[in-house]
Amino acid sequence: MATGTEPHPSSGGVRTGTRAAIAAPHLRTDRWWLAPAATAAGLFAFIVYSTWRAFANADYYAAPYVSPFYSPCLAENCAPMRGGPNWDLLGGWWGVSPAIIILIFPLGFRLTCYYYRKAYYRGFWMSPPACAVAEPHEKYSGETRFPLILQNVHRYFFYAALLVAGILTYDTVLAFRDENYAWGHMGLGTLVFLLNIVLIWAYTLSCHSCRHIVGGKLKHFSKHPVRYRVWQWIGKLNARHMQLAWASLLSVALADFYVYLVASGVFDDPRFF
Amino acid sequence: MSSYEARFRVWRGDVGGGGLEDFAVEVNDGEVVLDIIHRIQATQAPDLAVRWNCKAGKCGSCSAEINGRPRLLCMTRMSVFTREETVTVTPLRAFPVVRDLVTDVGFNYDKARQVPAFVPPKGLAPGEYRMMQEDVDRSQEFRKCIECFLCQDTCHVVRDHEENKPAFAGPRFLMRVAELDMHPLDAADESGLDRKRTAQDEHGLGYCNITKCCTEVCPEGIKITDNALIPLKERAVDRKYDPLVWLGSKIRRRS
Repeated sequence: MATGTEPHPSSGGVRTGTRAAIAAPHLRTDRWWLAPAATAAGLFAFIVYSTWRAFANADYYAAPYVSPFYSPCLAENCAPMRGGPNWDLLGGWWGVSPAIIILIFPLGFRLTCYYYRKAYYRGFWMSPPACAVAEPHEKYSGETRFPLILQNVHRYFFYAALLVAGILTYDTVLAFRDENYAWGHMGLGTLVFLLNIVLIWAYTLSCHSCRHIVGGKLKHFSKHPVRYRVWQWIGKLNARHMQLAWASLLSVALADFYVYLVASGVFDDPRFF
Repeated sequence: MSSYEARFRVWRGDVGGGGLEDFAVEVNDGEVVLDIIHRIQATQAPDLAVRWNCKAGKCGSCSAEINGRPRLLCMTRMSVFTREETVTVTPLRAFPVVRDLVTDVGFNYDKARQVPAFVPPKGLAPGEYRMMQEDVDRSQEFRKCIECFLCQDTCHVVRDHEENKPAFAGPRFLMRVAELDMHPLDAADESGLDRKRTAQDEHGLGYCNITKCCTEVCPEGIKITDNALIPLKERAVDRKYDPLVWLGSKIRRRS
């Protein structure tokens, strides 16, 4: 039998006047909260870790490894790195951690990334927390107004991310030296850096803006066979953009943490040859 | 063949009000939720209103919400629920209810009419159109749409904000704009219709915050967000927010 005839609730949203009179904001019975909660916890953990490391301004170089958080190092107060990515562009006036200068680019790339947008809109802003679960906000204008309209600059952060990935590739090449800068050596850190750079490139190239730029914007693929091939290849990577976003986030933190452990003397980098 | 008795809660009512009504009903192996709704209709509630047609997931008529998730009644197998679970069936909650499980989806037909149709290319008569397969692959994915409007129902832009309905076309019709903008023979540009710009200015593309619920609920498995909405957003960026693309287009036009 009916559990009771409910009049229309006065509140808006999913309970607006002419819709079915159901008081509950949602009727989902699965663990819909798990994915946004795990996402928010993962992102929060990374924010805490990266903030600590970015402002620490210490233990970011242990020859031949430089932390990806501090590369390239563009201020005078950078640790000396022989052949490394330290270019004194800003001079001596920069007094705080040099990581802040460069991190703005990968941070902007990830903040405006189409996957991360979904992740934090759901996980932090609950807009919506999950599909068919009512969001708590009374008003919604999406990405039509300032500041969220700035998400449209994603492709410029993508260009910057390409440069950063190029520099991290250079760092990985430098990791084939030993602590005395002799070439042709390899340690556990080299493997960590290799893993990181592969994931960084895969994440960067799987970007939706990249997919658009290489070929998605075309109307006639048949007139641009090379770009069509590249678009198809990027599309395959793009289908795994979420997994690559998380994997590269973890790998960049791992690479930094490895350098921190070696630089702070917790252990010596095991050398293979 | 085994059978058991399932517990169902079905929303019954109309625009004046209503509530969830409990039913105990027989379920047999291989049945889907629509079978159970029909059994309730045949044995316990002959006036239960439900819209359905093909029972094959191709007509898009039997859209409803099952345990709070937008789904097709005919494509939801009873085997996905445990025998102890109470299955709750309600009408789509983004649209005005007509009666019981039937909603008024007229909003979607209004939005469909607002998308300018395919613009035929000049100098080609119907029957003379020739297109390469790789040029139409993208649009053909979107043509799989069965117009069930589950994506429209789950999209929080209109589901949670009735006031956005005039400004926002919803994922299904933004996908239609994308389909036409990617169509190799659509001559909208030549006729002065800029679909990239109107997607943003007239169909509310900026409201979409790409949280992918439309993709999650699509019974046809169309990658609405990744293959239609995000590419359309990037195309709108080309037109409105990228000075380099703007400059390039001016230089090319001059040359």
